[in-house]
Amino acid sequence: QSRAVSTGSTTSIDKILIANRGEIACRVIKTARSLGIKTVCVYSDADKNSLHVAMADEAYHIGPPAASQSYLCQDKIIDVAKKSGAQAVHPGYGFLSENVEFAELCGKEGIIFIGPPSSAIRDMGIKSTSKAIMSAAGVPVIEGYHGEDQSDSRLKQEAANIGYPVMIKAVRGGGGKGMRIAMTESEFDEQLESARREAMKSFGDQVMLIEKFVEMPRHVEVQVFGDQHGNYVYLFERDCSVQRRHQKIIEEAPAPGLNDETRRAIGEAAVRAARAVNYVGAGTVEFIMDKNQDFFFMEMNTRLQVEHPVTEMVTGTDLVHWQIKVAAGEKLPVTQSDIKLNGHAFEARIYAEDPNNSFMPGAGPLLHLSIPSSVDNARVDTGVRQGDEVSVHYDPMIAKLIVWSEDRESALKKCRSALLDYQVVGLNTNIQFLTDLAQHPEFIKGNVHTDFIPQYYDDLFPQRTTSYMAVCQAVVTMVIQQAQRVQQQVKYTQDPFSPFWLCKASRINQSPTRWITLMDGDKELKIEVVTNEDSSYTVSFDGQSYTVSAELKQSGERTNIVTIVDGIKSHASVVNVGNSLHLFSTEGQQELRIPVPKFLSTSGQSGSLADAVAPMPGVIEKVVVTPGTQVEKGDPLVIMIAMKMEYVIRAPKAGVVESVFYKQGDTVQKGVTLVHFVEDQSESSSD
Amino acid sequence: ILYGNLQSHRLVVRCYYVDGSPTIGKNVDRDSPDYKENHDVMTKLVGELKGKVSTILQGGGEKARNRHISRGKLLPRDRINKLLDPESPFLELSQLAGYQLYKDEDVPAGGIITGIGRVSGVECMIVANDPTVKGGSYYPITVKKHIRAQEIAQQNHLPCIYLVDSGGANLPRQADVFPDRDHFGRIFFNQANMSSLGIPQVAVVLGSCTAGGAYVPAMADESIIVKKQGTIFLGGPPLVRAATGEEVSAEDLGGADLHCSKSGVTDYYAQDDDHALSQARNVVRNINYQKDPQVTVIQPEAPLFPADDLYGIVGGNLKKTYDIREVIARIVDGSKFDEFKAMYGETLVTGFARLWGYPVGIIGNNGVLFSDSALKGTHFIQLCCQRNIPLVFLQNITGFMVGRDAEAGGIAKNGAKMVTAVACANVPKFTVIIGGSYGAGNYGMCGRAYSPRFLYMWPNARISVMGGEQAANVLAQITREQRKREGKPWTDEEEMALKTPVIKKYEKEGSPYFASARLWDDGVIDPADTRNVLGLSLSAALNKPKQKTSFGVFRM
Repeated sequence: QSRAVSTGSTTSIDKILIANRGEIACRVIKTARSLGIKTVCVYSDADKNSLHVAMADEAYHIGPPAASQSYLCQDKIIDVAKKSGAQAVHPGYGFLSENVEFAELCGKEGIIFIGPPSSAIRDMGIKSTSKAIMSAAGVPVIEGYHGEDQSDSRLKQEAANIGYPVMIKAVRGGGGKGMRIAMTESEFDEQLESARREAMKSFGDQVMLIEKFVEMPRHVEVQVFGDQHGNYVYLFERDCSVQRRHQKIIEEAPAPGLNDETRRAIGEAAVRAARAVNYVGAGTVEFIMDKNQDFFFMEMNTRLQVEHPVTEMVTGTDLVHWQIKVAAGEKLPVTQSDIKLNGHAFEARIYAEDPNNSFMPGAGPLLHLSIPSSVDNARVDTGVRQGDEVSVHYDPMIAKLIVWSEDRESALKKCRSALLDYQVVGLNTNIQFLTDLAQHPEFIKGNVHTDFIPQYYDDLFPQRTTSYMAVCQAVVTMVIQQAQRVQQQVKYTQDPFSPFWLCKASRINQSPTRWITLMDGDKELKIEVVTNEDSSYTVSFDGQSYTVSAELKQSGERTNIVTIVDGIKSHASVVNVGNSLHLFSTEGQQELRIPVPKFLSTSGQSGSLADAVAPMPGVIEKVVVTPGTQVEKGDPLVIMIAMKMEYVIRAPKAGVVESVFYKQGDTVQKGVTLVHFVEDQSESSSD
Repeated sequence: ILYGNLQSHRLVVRCYYVDGSPTIGKNVDRDSPDYKENHDVMTKLVGELKGKVSTILQGGGEKARNRHISRGKLLPRDRINKLLDPESPFLELSQLAGYQLYKDEDVPAGGIITGIGRVSGVECMIVANDPTVKGGSYYPITVKKHIRAQEIAQQNHLPCIYLVDSGGANLPRQADVFPDRDHFGRIFFNQANMSSLGIPQVAVVLGSCTAGGAYVPAMADESIIVKKQGTIFLGGPPLVRAATGEEVSAEDLGGADLHCSKSGVTDYYAQDDDHALSQARNVVRNINYQKDPQVTVIQPEAPLFPADDLYGIVGGNLKKTYDIREVIARIVDGSKFDEFKAMYGETLVTGFARLWGYPVGIIGNNGVLFSDSALKGTHFIQLCCQRNIPLVFLQNITGFMVGRDAEAGGIAKNGAKMVTAVACANVPKFTVIIGGSYGAGNYGMCGRAYSPRFLYMWPNARISVMGGEQAANVLAQITREQRKREGKPWTDEEEMALKTPVIKKYEKEGSPYFASARLWDDGVIDPADTRNVLGLSLSAALNKPKQKTSFGVFRM
């Protein structure tokens, strides 16, 4: 209803270019649309069928998939802004959102940059500068080396002065990129080298700072907002302590266990920080908080954060709306005293990744996607639909699941319930992991810190076995589905009622029996399913028998099932993809596979055990070896980039390289052979 | 859409409210002592049957099975399960073949598993050697069962898949295996002739095929062999060494590599059992065959009464009578039965029904056959042949009526009319011996000699030329008269001594297990399974195109 109006110093914005993709582009479109503002999107080759392109009023192609040739191309973005007549650019997060040059370029070209002034980005983007400013403004900071001398020896000396463990951080870094921890002096060189390489790749700058690494700290950040008229407010804090790979995974607002005094103190400190750099728009001031709830300034993110929805949920605001208002020159719509903290919200980030394999980022098709429908006050921010691909070129986040309730306990309960109802098939996700996290007793108590995952590793990564209940549900569903398929097939014969089709699995003087082999991970289950006279089934495996009956109801590609296993009735649903059956039940998601017979699997393209294969989909960053190279076990062969993180593919054994199948810049799928070694004579002579 | 067309041109459905067939049968008093006793007896008989069969399903001993599995091979029943389409029934035949047939040797299922199942959508006859039983070698009963399976395949136009894993003929019993018309050689005669009739012959070589056995894959239309597992040769390495002095391994002499690349004896090269069975499914997929049952079919419906009632109605005592209509009511679709000539020749019940949607003419015994019942049966068989309606005989017959009146009434020529009609009827015939099968009654009611496509027995059934007591009485009477002529005495003890072994012998030889062990039937079945077994048999039989019937001379 409210619309930016050109009165006095304000400018009317009626068309916005969104220089981003994925969920944040969609998020911005939603608010813009509700304000009657037209939206313009940009897209790379990889995104031509993406949701943000479909949602935007206009969309412009800006180049090949690599971000450096598309979403990071400032001139292309400005060009689109001009062509489309957009008055403002919303940068989202990532990409150009904290790029000083881009913010300046926008100003030069007369386009409103929806974000802070470039000076604030610059001040806050350089860690050493930002700390000095904060220190001067009376915001508590942590000591460290922020010096100009970037020689290896100086950095190492400073690290020794501060005392291990230390954090090596790219001065212009963020989001965990270009950041490494050296636990001991012996690790320092390798970590420094790695941090620099990543920083160079991500930000084109490899200046590092060294900082004391605080163990078991909490990550508490404050959402602040400023306008062009010198008004500032804080919208309370978020706790984002639980992280993997130094990246957030579950966030909440407010931070658990903070008393009102601390809450006000940290909020006011954040406002001081913003004021110190004449900040305008949405910003986040990140603090490290120790056990005594003493907090220290870490950095300021000069953009809208991924996790901004939890703040919106507990303050009843639309921060994108505020961003647009402020960018148009309007005053903040509220003052600090108007902002009330209401209830509690969680955000769980759903990623295409494999938690059981060091959270290795994944990519692939979203063959089945179903979002929670049963939980109220739940919000899903996503940039993908069923049938879309999670691309290797960008962040593998699938969606953000945000839930709100009156208090933390009930909000967490809703979060767990919604996670169980979130169904993704086609690639590995962290949904099960998030569920386990959300039901960990210490998490429930609010005892969070940034080392939470390593500390409770055993609880969070249990030896997972599929329960008998799930096996029964899955196998009986398979049998009934098979019978339904048979019933469909027989209609296309000349003999549509033949008992050879309709008399299910019957045998002479023996109950109708099927023998089904299913793979539960690496475990082979040999299952016997017998039809009883009352048309229930007796399911036997691992020396146990269960009586199962089931009713199936098709809902799109999903089959909803109601089963009674030994008298216990339960609901679940099943999605079939190829040879796999994905079961979604109260226990979470389980996959049971029908094993591929040996004769079909031997002709596959996966390399022999001795070859080096890609552990995930990604882009080849560097090839270290050439045919003929003699390597020792563990030597680096290829460096891959996935989600802008680098992975070193190492030699699985000592040997001589025979062939290298990819070159720098190639995109590879998971499991393909990257480097093939000269066959060992002793192995090749056996057949 | 295809289905819709099928319905419109195949079925004529009239939906007036008054239309429809009458139902037969009535609810029985399941608490009556009679019912309970019958039910208990039949439950015990069926329990015995299933107990015997469950042992037979294990195949050879545990040691043989483990040795077989340890070689990476599948057990023959697992092979069949993997060959069949998922959820396909398997109409296994003569599970009891060879049961207590050879004194000291146990040959479960006769050492060969045969039956009909759906493979790639096609009803196929599957013949699988069981190498865990005496190395899969052919006993006389093995040969008989193999040939019976081929006979069924030929009569019903069913593609044959041979899962070969056999050491060949059982050498000590060569006289009963090799020389006669229906011995080993007949297997290949049948393969050649079925192939000539367009009935596909597929061999899957999963183990040895030695000597005569080599002709199974060699005579097949297409054959598959598993590498380093299947071998085919006319003479094995020992024989070769003896004959020519040549030293050669089995693999080099007749392995998959040789036969797929050099000799051309086999067509498809399989990595393992799974692969070979998958290839066999592909072979069937490519035969380009579609079943066309040349009869009307309608949506099947279950009978109105539970099949379990059959236990309580029939029981184990053949002397107790019951109305055959109660049995029919528990077998046919919706218990609907259009009875033909209900008030005439009442000891034979005839009528039209549907079984699994297929039309059938049912002929059941309700007592001894008189002239009028025989004439009625003849008339009904003529009707069914005229209309291509398959015939189902529910056999429970002591024989044709004897006595002066009966003979004078022409029971011999009237019975002969029925026997002629049964013999010549060229529609699919199915016989279930649900009680007694004695004397000429067996002929009139389509016994084994009358080539029903399939013949099954219930576990309470008895089959012999006459009842044991009657036979003993006849023999006793003849002896008594002889003694009388010779003026010798004949005591009651002597009479008992004569009669008892006769009764015992008849009791033993009339047993369905004795019959089934010798392949006088295609299996002993649970009465409650009759509907399904008949349905499957009917479905299999309808693979054969419609035949014309021409009857012999009816003596008027």
